[in-house]
Amino acid sequence: MKTFKILGALILLISMASFVGNTTTEKGYAIGDTAADFSLKNIDGKMVSLSDYSDAKGFLVIFTCNTCPYAVAYEDRIIELDAKYKSKGVPVIAINPNNPSAKPGDSFDKMKVRANEKGFTFPYLLDEGQKVYPQYGATRTPHVYLLEKTADGNVVKYIGAIDDNYQDASKVDEKYVEDAVDAMLAGKEIKVTSTKAIGCTIKV
Amino acid sequence: MRYLLPVVFLATLSLIGCGEKAKQNNNTSEQVAASVTVEESGKNDDVKFPVYNFDSFEPLLHKEDDITYVVNFWATWCKPCIEELPYFEKVNAEFKDDNVKVVLVSLDMPSMWKSRLEPFVEKKALQSEVVILDDPKQNTWIPKVSEEWGGGIPATLIYNQGKRSFYERGFTYEELTKELNQFIN
Repeated sequence: MKTFKILGALILLISMASFVGNTTTEKGYAIGDTAADFSLKNIDGKMVSLSDYSDAKGFLVIFTCNTCPYAVAYEDRIIELDAKYKSKGVPVIAINPNNPSAKPGDSFDKMKVRANEKGFTFPYLLDEGQKVYPQYGATRTPHVYLLEKTADGNVVKYIGAIDDNYQDASKVDEKYVEDAVDAMLAGKEIKVTSTKAIGCTIKV
Repeated sequence: MRYLLPVVFLATLSLIGCGEKAKQNNNTSEQVAASVTVEESGKNDDVKFPVYNFDSFEPLLHKEDDITYVVNFWATWCKPCIEELPYFEKVNAEFKDDNVKVVLVSLDMPSMWKSRLEPFVEKKALQSEVVILDDPKQNTWIPKVSEEWGGGIPATLIYNQGKRSFYERGFTYEELTKELNQFIN
């Protein structure tokens, strides 16, 4: 009972702190927020940061993993996004947010295997210590964040799903991410800035 | 290439198999994938559970009778969902006299209905009602279940005529009954 009280007090404290402090830290980023950079290990062993990409106009930061059926269903479309937009200055940066000890299929070694099998053309980073995904507010895989590089940092322009049909790429009506990147690159307003989708909960 | 996708997809799935079959070798998983694909082309018509799109499913979230509905969104590939299923089963059995009914809404993909969902329900001998929600336009229907829902599963809606709550989280039996008691007392 005592532990409950302590726990309760702790929860209260944390929730109060989140009100007092920056509200974006608890819930993650909202559209228009500036995303923090990170330094995470890529499957080739090198550390990757957004600041490494001096010529980029923006980034497609995609939280994804090996094991989630929805993430797997979107693998080919993520590769296509990178093929289409890397040359236009908006590369894909994939991040596996899962804790490998909770989900062995998402270990660093298994990430290498999967990237090799699928021929990933983009960095596939492990969120070691799981510090980055909570900053972004990612809750599931796959979860996309489109960032626009500005003088004031990387601004969040779109959050959500890749498109509106996970089952069948040929039956997609709305390509949310492509529409958002196209509008961003054209300097136009992004019409749909956030979408929801079923995904696998991030494993802590 | 498109044609290859489901095979690759299923091969991967059988490899992960919610962690149970992680050690399967490639040959086996390819065989599994092949047989599943054949089964799939043998169509889903005779699947044992009712299949809804969201429009036909939505009335299940707004019934106006004396029952308290516990609507759990899950899938066979979702480990935390599987872990909490026994608690929902227990609630369904133990709260019958309180007019509580559990509905297990499977979000398994069509390719998994015959190959994974049916065997799973049979193996676990699930007594609660199982239905399938098959509607890829998730951005349209997720907010109609609850504005609070980001799309993660497990997720649960508890409602009756007087009260309605949504939970995007997993439950222990104690947590679940604690919430449920607010509806039936």
